[in-house]
Amino acid sequence: MSNSVINWFKYASPATFYPLAGRLVPWFSGLAVLLIAWGLWIGLFVAPTDAQQSEGYRIIFVHVPASWLSMFIYCVMAFWSALGLAFNTRLSGMLTAALAPTGALFAFLSLWTGALWGKPMWGAWWVWDARLTSQLILFFLYLGFIALQSAIDDPRRADRAGALLALVGVVNIPIIYFSVQWWNTLHQGASVSLTKAPSMAHIMLEGMLIMALGFWSYAIAVVLTRVRCIILERELTSEWVKRNAVD
Amino acid sequence: MMMGFWTSMRRDLVLATRHKSEWLTALFFFVMVTNLLPLGVGPEVSLLRKIAPGVLWIGALLSTLLGLQRLFSSDHGDGTLEQMALSPVPLAWLVAGKMVTHWLVCGLPVVLMAPLLGIQFDLPTRSLGILVLSLLLGTPILSAVGALGAALTLGLRGGGALLSLLILPLYIPALIFGAGAVEADLAGISPQGHLSLLGALLVLSVFFSPWVTSLALRIALE
Repeated sequence: MSNSVINWFKYASPATFYPLAGRLVPWFSGLAVLLIAWGLWIGLFVAPTDAQQSEGYRIIFVHVPASWLSMFIYCVMAFWSALGLAFNTRLSGMLTAALAPTGALFAFLSLWTGALWGKPMWGAWWVWDARLTSQLILFFLYLGFIALQSAIDDPRRADRAGALLALVGVVNIPIIYFSVQWWNTLHQGASVSLTKAPSMAHIMLEGMLIMALGFWSYAIAVVLTRVRCIILERELTSEWVKRNAVD
Repeated sequence: MMMGFWTSMRRDLVLATRHKSEWLTALFFFVMVTNLLPLGVGPEVSLLRKIAPGVLWIGALLSTLLGLQRLFSSDHGDGTLEQMALSPVPLAWLVAGKMVTHWLVCGLPVVLMAPLLGIQFDLPTRSLGILVLSLLLGTPILSAVGALGAALTLGLRGGGALLSLLILPLYIPALIFGAGAVEADLAGISPQGHLSLLGALLVLSVFFSPWVTSLALRIALE
């Protein structure tokens, strides 16, 4: 085989992926600590006080990145699910299973910080805003995925059933999002909206982006660590685990 | 292929008529839930009329869930489902037959009962028509999407609770547009937009669901 051909499947085997993940985890953990510290510093000390919301708005630096990540992770899950169903690779299922708790965590974090933000700004912990509602439904979808996976004993069936559910979920997310949005505008309920103040200070956007990258690194580090545990659990009887991984 | 569809549908219909409790439970559940609501929130007519679309739709949602658990489980238990998967007829057609039966048994009685309950909530006659129309378009979506959940949770511990956790978030668009159509009509707006969207959801789910459900069944049968 010529050298120009890249072997895309080299790291699809748990035996080769396990050490790779092990090498990557410290880098991403370090990056996560640095970026989150930097982002928090910008958010808490550098960014100016907001004219309308005074200091309370600073939770945006946790809230918005967490919401982005929660949506992004579901798409990543769907991507690996599709790959797993198409190529029948074991690792894809393990990765999807490892991604779900982190995605659910970010969805919960986004709801929680949203509630903390909403109380001083709108005077209510919860309003039936379109974004809040669809974020809540995303959280339910994560919970459903985790519940389905943990209810199935056979890991292969759990992977494939979960993959199918994640794909159905990702097709449904836009439908749910738009239906909730139309529902919300039709009801004209609480007259608050999250549509941003048009001009956001440059430094705020910068802080948010850095926090998002920090959360992203955190997610990668945690997911890789978790997938290493899942690999060990499932491959405990295989030869390479006995040879290398168990110290 | 059509032969398989009709055979599967007829078989399930015969089974359902021999176990009357199956479809009667769903219907009585629907009646009970919607009748408990006024007892909970009080008999004020204007309030009841306001919440009626949502209450009737949620009642329909929950009562279709009841029948879903049994959609594949008895066939799975006695091995019929495996024979279906092995048969030369595409599994999706057999699944489609079962879905249609589920709708005839659990969905259609709810649709027919709904106007009667709507009268209890003091809905005007025109809105009753819209309610029936929205349920007629919407309950097949519930059967189609629910069948997927039933296939995914086939033979699992705590299947019923798990099924509702998986399926109810996916029911949300149908609930919004279905109840929205009736609400729009009550408010004097044309419900056509809601009904069109509901129709679009119906076409999508009925087209794709048998195929995805048969994939899920094959995963469960492995």
